[in-house]
Amino acid sequence: MKVYAIAVNTFKEVIRDKIFYSLVFFALLILGMSVIMSALTVGERAKIIEDLSLAGISIFGIIISIFVGIGLVSKELEKKTIYTIISKPIQRYEFLLGKYLGLALVLLAYISVMTLVFLVVLLLSTGVLGVGLLPAVLLIYVELLVVTAAALLFSTFSTPTLSATYTLALYIIGHLTSDLKGLAAKAGAESAKAVLEFLYYALPNLENFNIKGKVVHDVPVGAAYMFMAAGYGAFYVCALLLLAALIFQKRNFK
Amino acid sequence: MAYIHWVHGEDMIRTENLCKVFVSGFLMRKVPALTGLSMEVRKGEVFGFLGPNGAGKTTTLKILMGLIYPSSGKAWIMGRELGDVDVKRGVGFLPEHPYFYDYLTANEFLDFYGRLFGLGRADRRSRSAELLRQVGLERSGDVQLRKFSKGMLQRIGIAQALINDPELVVLDEPMSGLDPIGRKEVRDIIIGLKDKGKTVFFSTHILPDVEVICDRVAILVKGELRATGTVAELLGGMGAKAVEMTVEGLGEAETGVLSGLAANVMVRGRQTVLFFDDLDKAGQAKRLVCRGEGEIVSLIPHSPSLEDLFLKEVRKGEGA
Repeated sequence: MKVYAIAVNTFKEVIRDKIFYSLVFFALLILGMSVIMSALTVGERAKIIEDLSLAGISIFGIIISIFVGIGLVSKELEKKTIYTIISKPIQRYEFLLGKYLGLALVLLAYISVMTLVFLVVLLLSTGVLGVGLLPAVLLIYVELLVVTAAALLFSTFSTPTLSATYTLALYIIGHLTSDLKGLAAKAGAESAKAVLEFLYYALPNLENFNIKGKVVHDVPVGAAYMFMAAGYGAFYVCALLLLAALIFQKRNFK
Repeated sequence: MAYIHWVHGEDMIRTENLCKVFVSGFLMRKVPALTGLSMEVRKGEVFGFLGPNGAGKTTTLKILMGLIYPSSGKAWIMGRELGDVDVKRGVGFLPEHPYFYDYLTANEFLDFYGRLFGLGRADRRSRSAELLRQVGLERSGDVQLRKFSKGMLQRIGIAQALINDPELVVLDEPMSGLDPIGRKEVRDIIIGLKDKGKTVFFSTHILPDVEVICDRVAILVKGELRATGTVAELLGGMGAKAVEMTVEGLGEAETGVLSGLAANVMVRGRQTVLFFDDLDKAGQAKRLVCRGEGEIVSLIPHSPSLEDLFLKEVRKGEGA
């Protein structure tokens, strides 16, 4: 009930913010652009629209995750609204969980609307019913949940600017972790090898959530893979939130 | 509606040797904010927590509300040690210079805080309506808080603190930044709470209000408790009363003698104003004037005010 109240309040906070709408506007613009681009390009029109649209949905989702995610806690601290919350019969982790779920709800709404618009655009412009693309959308959502949890974690102990930098870095490294392993294999010094291998195993491999290429080119993705990827994401979300809660519990709200 | 009840005989708030040291900056400089605070607030009283800016009032309230952790020492609210989140069911808190979720309307705002207490929908509705009426915002229920004035925000803040019908109400500078009308309204709300048997603990540096509404006060200076007790008790220790006497038609000789007795003399045309810091001297002067040709126009006793005491305590530290 308390977590739900915080989540709903966070949902309202984001939904009533103009920045959110400008981001959604740009994401929609990309969907529109993809239709024009497909008309100008040689090749399968449907695949180009699918490629561009999925990338657009993913990128703007990440921007919302990072830039709204880092503000979830820091805004409450900066505006001191947190004083009235923590002085109520609520545990600090409940507050944190509520904030997270609120943004998760916003992202769910964002991704549902975007997907619907995307499928309608695809259907009207090419006559293709893109239901087969839904698994890719689902894993984009899982990736957004992981990135949001990371943004929340960073914002419990650092400034918004630093949090954004850390989260962005995590996102980029997360897509390049296979390179980390390759680098570890080539590294000369044992210590460098150990550090790189540690990073490879500790950081989430966000490429696991990227099946956009596969679904667009009709490469089958099994249910087992979907479950594994979702489980992998859930593990990271839990770990990141747990760490965030531990840090948040110790904080003094000066 | 408050679920946690006061345990008979327990103080509403009790602190024992509470200390807080802030560590700041790159050099990890230690800044003591509170040193060994021990005090108690009893059930049903209005307790004023006084001190200049930076005395540690807000730090104390934040420790009590679980926003910051004490460096050492202990504190209990309604007999339960700090850290027991459940005890907050019976507590209402208004922070200093409150900022609120300005994208919410007043109704949504109170509804949200009601949910944090697990109140049912019907309860939340009736309680919100009642509180909006109580703080004079019944017409602004559907207005977003971003359109509220400072005074209105303070009032909705008080409403938020009372949503759970708390036994203990803790207010941080509830009168700061308000105009005289706003201050009177806050004062009336505090008196209303006392009439209902609630305990009110508030920090302030607006002293005239304190003399009117507080049962007991504590004075905090530089993180140290300097005095605590009823206003009368504290002022009783301030020494003799002063007297201001205005006389007319004094002869020169009389003026000379009277000037010797008075602590201060002021001549205003035909009138002479004499200040005595001692009742005996004032009595002697009165008899002297009555025997002569002069006439006493007025005789005004001055009792020491809380402000005098406050300034004395604050200056004590500066002199040392």
